[in-house]
Parts: sequence; C-alpha cells; structure tokens
Amino acid sequence: MALLTVDNLSVTFTGNNQRPVRAVDGVSFGMDEGEVLGLVGESGCGKSVTSLALMGLLPTRGVEVGGRVHFDGTDVLSLPSRRLRDMRGSQLAMIFQDPLSSLNPVVPIGRQVTETLRRHKGMRGRAARDRAAELLDRVGIPDPARRLTEYPHQLSGGMRQRALIAMAVACAPRLLIADEPTTALDVTIQAQILDLLGELARSEGTSLLMITHDLGVVAGLCDNINVLYAGRVIEVSSRKQLFASPHHPYTAGLLGSVPRLDAPRGEALTPIRGSINDTIDWDDGCAFAPRCDHYTMECLTGTPELVRAGEGHQHRCVNPVNLDPGSAHADRPDPVAEGGNVR
Amino acid sequence: MSVLELEDLKVHFPIRSGVVFDRTVGHVHAVDGVSLSVETGSTYGLVGESGCGKTTLGRAVLRLVDITSGHVRFEGTDLAGLSGEEMRRRRSRLQMVFQDPLGSLDPRQNVESILAEGLEVHGIGQSRADRRTKIVDTLERVGLASNALSRYPHEFSGGQRQRIGIARALVLEPDVIICDEPVSALDVSVQAQVLNLLEELQSAFGLTYLVIAHDLAVVRHISDVIGVMYLGGLVEEAGADELYADPMHPYTKALLSAVPIPDPVVEDAREQILIPGDLPSPSSPPSGCRFHTRCPWRQPERCDTERPELREVAPGHRVACHYAEEIRAGELRSRSADVAAGTPPPA
Ligand SMILES: Nc1ncnc2c1ncn2[C@@H]1O[C@H](COP(=O)(O)OP(=O)(O)OP(=O)(O)O)[C@@H](O)[C@H]1O
Ligand SMILES: Nc1ncnc2c1ncn2[C@@H]1O[C@H](COP(=O)(O)OP(=O)(O)OP(=O)(O)O)[C@@H](O)[C@H]1O
Ligand code: SF4
Ligand code: SF4
Ligand SMILES: [Mg+2]
Ligand SMILES: [Mg+2]
Repeated sequence: MALLTVDNLSVTFTGNNQRPVRAVDGVSFGMDEGEVLGLVGESGCGKSVTSLALMGLLPTRGVEVGGRVHFDGTDVLSLPSRRLRDMRGSQLAMIFQDPLSSLNPVVPIGRQVTETLRRHKGMRGRAARDRAAELLDRVGIPDPARRLTEYPHQLSGGMRQRALIAMAVACAPRLLIADEPTTALDVTIQAQILDLLGELARSEGTSLLMITHDLGVVAGLCDNINVLYAGRVIEVSSRKQLFASPHHPYTAGLLGSVPRLDAPRGEALTPIRGSINDTIDWDDGCAFAPRCDHYTMECLTGTPELVRAGEGHQHRCVNPVNLDPGSAHADRPDPVAEGGNVR
Repeated sequence: MSVLELEDLKVHFPIRSGVVFDRTVGHVHAVDGVSLSVETGSTYGLVGESGCGKTTLGRAVLRLVDITSGHVRFEGTDLAGLSGEEMRRRRSRLQMVFQDPLGSLDPRQNVESILAEGLEVHGIGQSRADRRTKIVDTLERVGLASNALSRYPHEFSGGQRQRIGIARALVLEPDVIICDEPVSALDVSVQAQVLNLLEELQSAFGLTYLVIAHDLAVVRHISDVIGVMYLGGLVEEAGADELYADPMHPYTKALLSAVPIPDPVVEDAREQILIPGDLPSPSSPPSGCRFHTRCPWRQPERCDTERPELREVAPGHRVACHYAEEIRAGELRSRSADVAAGTPPPA
C-alpha cells in the first residue's frame, strides 16, 4: 500500500512586493512502504520546497499550498500543527544538506539525541543515554560515549551528518526524507553516508526519499526515480529503465551532460543548451521547450500530460525519445490523469 | 616540453594566537613538497578532497600566496627570482579562472570594463576601440553575444558568468590557464557546456591547462595527466587512462571506488573500498605515510614512521606508497572488507 501520496502539490511564494513565484507546480507521486525513491533535478526545480511541504515545514505566511499530501492515510497539509509536530520525529524525519544548521550549536550532541527520545518515546535518564550511544554507534560514530558530550562544532562534516541521521532515525520513522545529504561532503565520506542510508532503509524497512541533483547517487541507491523540471515531475521510472532508456529529452540530456568516470576518454559531452532560466510557463506549453532539440508546435499548446510508456515508466513529453516503435503511440491517447499516478 | 614545473613546492600558513603578542603556534602544511611538470598544450588535472591544498597550489603558482620553499618555473624561468615588473609581464600569460564566477567578478563593473581591466594593466591594445574589438572577439569565442558588453554579472546565469570568467582570462592571450573548480558551482546541464568550451579553446589556441577540481569524473574527462593530492602532497600521478585502469595508491583506489557512476548496472557490480574516518588536520599531519591513519593496507612500523617518496613505478606513473607493487600483486590483504564504515582500523 502506498505510504505516501502526493497529489498535484503546488507551492507558490507570494512575497509582498514581488511577482508570485510558483516553486512547485503540480507535483504528484507515490511511495510504498520500504521504497527508496529518488527526486532528481537541477538547482531551483523545487526539490527542497517539495520536501518542506511534505514535512509541513513551509512558513504559513506568504505561501500558497495547493493539492494533497497523504501520509499513511492522514492528510498532512490540513493537520493541526501540534499533531504535525508529533508526527515529525516519530513517523516522518528529515535530514538536510548542511548538518550544522539543523543541529543546535550550544547543546551537546548527546542531549540533542536524548531530547528526541524523551519527546517522542518518553525515554529518560540512563535509558535514554544508553539508547543515544547505541544510535551513534549504529551510524558509525566511533567512541560514541565520548562523542555524546561533544558539541556540533567539534565534529567533522561527515560526523555531523551521521549525528543528524542518528537523531532522524532515533524513533524509527517510517519515512526519512534526505535533502542533498551528501552534497557538502567529500566523495569518500559521501560513500560512507550513502552506504549507511541504504543499509538503514533495507534493515529497518524505512522508506527513504532521496533528494539530489546527482544522477550517480540515485543510480546506486534508489528503487525508483522522479525527475523534476521547473516544478513538475517530467519522468517517473525504475532506476534501471531510467538510465537504460530515458524517455524525456531533458532526462536524456542530463545523462549526456555528465562525464562518466568509466567512459572511454575523448568522448564529447552533449550538453543541453541554455540554462534553467530559459523557460516558459507550464500553462503555455512544455517548460523545457526553449532548450529542447525535439520540440514541435505541439509542445506549445498547453501543459503536456504525464503519459505512461511501459511498466512503471511515465514521461511528460509529446515527442519522447528512446521509445520502441509501436509502443510509443499506443500509449499516447491514454494520459494518466494528473494525480492518479498509477504505478 | 614542459611549460610549467613545480619543484618541492611548499606553502605553510602560520597559525597565530595571542591577542597582544602575535605568536605563531604552528603551521598549516597546505602544500607540502609537490613536484610536477605540465607539458605545453596539455591538461594537467589535480584532484583531491576538500582542504588537501589544491587551491593553495594554484595560487602559489601565480604568486598570489607566498611560497615557503621550493620552485615554480614557467618556461624554464624561476618565478621566485623575478622582479615585480618582470612578474607582471609574465602574469598576463599565466591566468586563472575561479570556482565561484559571481564572487570573482566585481558586481559594479560591466562586462566590458571587467575584460578591459586586464588589458589596461598589461598595456595590451593600442586604443579603446582596439581593445573593444579584442573584447568582442573574445566574448564571441566563449559564446556570448556582443550585447553582453554593457551588462553586469548579476544579469547572467551561472554558466554565462563562468564564460565571462574564462573570457577575462582568455582576452590576455595566456599560454597557461589555471582553472580552479571551473564547473563545480554549475548545474549539470551547464557543466558540460563549459567543459566543451574549455576543450575547444584549448585546441584553437594551444592552451595549457592546470585544472583543479574535486570531481574525479570531470577531471578525468578533460585531463591528459592526473595528479592525486592528499594532505598537501601528491600521492599518485599517471596518464588519465592509466590512473583509472590501474590505480596503485590505496587512496586513489578508494577515491575512484567512491565516485558514483550514473549507471545502475555499473553501480550494482561495483566494489567499494570504504575508507574509514576523516581527513586528519593539515596542521598536524600524521607521521610517516600521511594516509596511514585511514589506509586499509597499512603495514606496521614502516607506514607509520617513514614518509614514502613519490617514485616512478612505470613510465609516466608515479606513486607515493611503500607497498604499491605488493598491493597490486595481491600479496597484501586489504582490511577494507573487515572495516565497517566509520570505525578506524585497529591500531
Ligand atoms: N522562501 C522563498 N521565497 C521565494 N521563493 C522561493 C523561496 N524558497 C524557494 N523559492 C524558489 O522556489 C524555487 C524552488 O526552490 P527549491 O529550493 O525547492 O529548489 P531546489 O530544487 O531544492 O534547488 P537546489 O538544488 O538549489 O537546492 C526556486 O526558484 C527558489 O528561488
Ligand atoms: N590563507 C590561509 N591561511 C591559513 N590557512 C589556509 C589559508 N588558505 C588555505 N588554508 C588552509 O590550507 C589548507 C588547504 O586549503 P586549500 O584551499 O588549498 O584546499 P583545497 O584543496 O582547495 O580545498 P577545497 O576543495 O575545499 O577548495 C586548508 O587546511 C586550509 O584551511
Ligand atoms: S514536450 Fe516538446 S519541448 Fe517538451 S520535452 Fe517533449 S519534445 Fe521537448
Ligand atoms: S605507505 Fe603504507 S599506509 Fe601509506 S598508502 Fe602505502 S600501504 Fe598505505
Ligand atoms: Mg534544495
Ligand atoms: Mg579549493
């Protein structure tokens, strides 16, 4: 059963003296219990805002949120803030790119973990301290008993991220959202953290929503992947499918843009032209059209629908690439209704 | 022929403490004895993790930081021995492109004046009109229209700003460009544009590049020779293909195995060498081999006490590890299989 369903989520920032910014523009996806799902896209495509919306962490003023988010049957967006706070920490947890900003600098690591345990599990004193040390040990922090008394600034970046993961998994949440958890880390430390996250998800059965701009990271870790562009999901696929035959020109373009460590050298990269600033409104057509080599007039007649093309594979494109002849148009007249995102 | 040569280059930064009396209480060994040479018209890629001294090395070549000891030779001339005037003359032929295009471009200057500044400093171009022609040509080379001239850095996207940074270097007709993380601030789709541009310019003008980056895939893509740095020292150097096919230093092996590859089939088959722990502080680097605190192949005594020299193990392939050959031959067992992430190897 779906643990999380996001249905046509939109987030618009309506600052005082500015044009409203539609950061998320109709995002829909679902997540199963125990699934590791990747949310991939470039800077500004709405990854962080989506995750903040799921956690109910968006500011209440100057923001308009539309659509629905159901977590285990509960409508998250209309939950009173107290119930939401209870849910966060116990059922839903999040880790961020910059661990320093989400740790309290003047409280020892240990107290920050025991505080979570007290609030959500009612654990106190010795029991809480022991459990905290166990958790730090679990996430690979050496000498946990000593580390409990240290402050965040005394830990390295990788250790801080581990401490944050320890706090996030302290109450065995059912969904862990990780927003670029390794972007600030060195590659050898990144490998340690990804290993840890994958292992936690598998052994505890935690669902993991992995947000990243790095296609390599999702290739190793995620069961399924959503690709975002300009605030919308433009491709949904299992990871094997996505990399073997990306259907959306943007996804294909991303894959052609990244140098691969294992590729034969001397192979030229095929970049996507322009930048994320070259966009049109989804209401007018495909937001990717100004950068797309496959665009036709059809692309400029309203938002392309999310279309199913094979098992668990969907794309939002009227001229998809890498489709088997025959199957391409067979699915065309059968657009998946927005939000009725069937897997 | 090599255009740029570093010989036992050291840059140590004093760590000061004390409010009234400025005392030096130690040194950050940012660059600690690097020797390398860059062939004319080639690309030398320098990789390593944060804080290993890459940027400092690049800045030392341009004399933007003081060299503690060692030599930097540009076309055979030791830059340290040059007077200010002579250095300035060479400087136009030795340029740098920075990581953060916005931070390195003055927001109050328009593109024309950003590019004209270098020309004026170096006395290039007869007249304003002459300089403008040069600037327009250069902008066109990097893929910017001439209407960019009167615009300001904030009006451009990240990728376009990096093009401005490249144009600023290129307009002085340099022989060598040091690129410090030229694409790491850019979106993936834009990174490829800038990498292709750098390659195009190299073949058009016969440029030599020293590319500094933490992203191994990027470095391997554009470099002919790669040097791997760890804690201020070069631990391995080889041709880009050779380094990938036959990495010999344990740190290089770990680094290569840690880079995620955007291909699930490769990812599933990959064997990672997880190295435990974090980078030690460059102000008190470990004794002996600097990598010994994290090395899965570390051997007692020698690794802890004797610093391995960078030695040639095959033509064009240099490694700083006492046991490189034994490790390659499989004669030493790696502990990495027993090491859980994060727990240091038994002392
Ligand atoms: N508080 C805010 N007020 C106004 N606009 C905002 C706010 N927060 C985000 N945005 C805008 O919403 C869009 C999506 O932002 P978001 O942070 O979700 O991007 P992202 O995909 O996480 O990017 P990155 O990879 O850079 O983290 C961006 O255009 C951003 O400028
Ligand atoms: N001006 C300075 N004064 C004192 N220490 C410095 C100075 N510049 C750099 N360092 C130190 O020297 C070491 C090497 O720094 P450097 O910036 O060269 O590393 P890097 O390899 O470029 O790292 P990154 O990938 O993070 O850019 C670091 O420990 C850094 O803190
Ligand atoms: S809908 Fe048209 S413009 Fe958009 S990605 Fe597909 S082909 Fe390109
Ligand atoms: S010298 Fe010893 S510690 Fe250093 S890399 Fe080689 S085996 Fe490892
Ligand atoms: Mg973000
Ligand atoms: Mg640097």
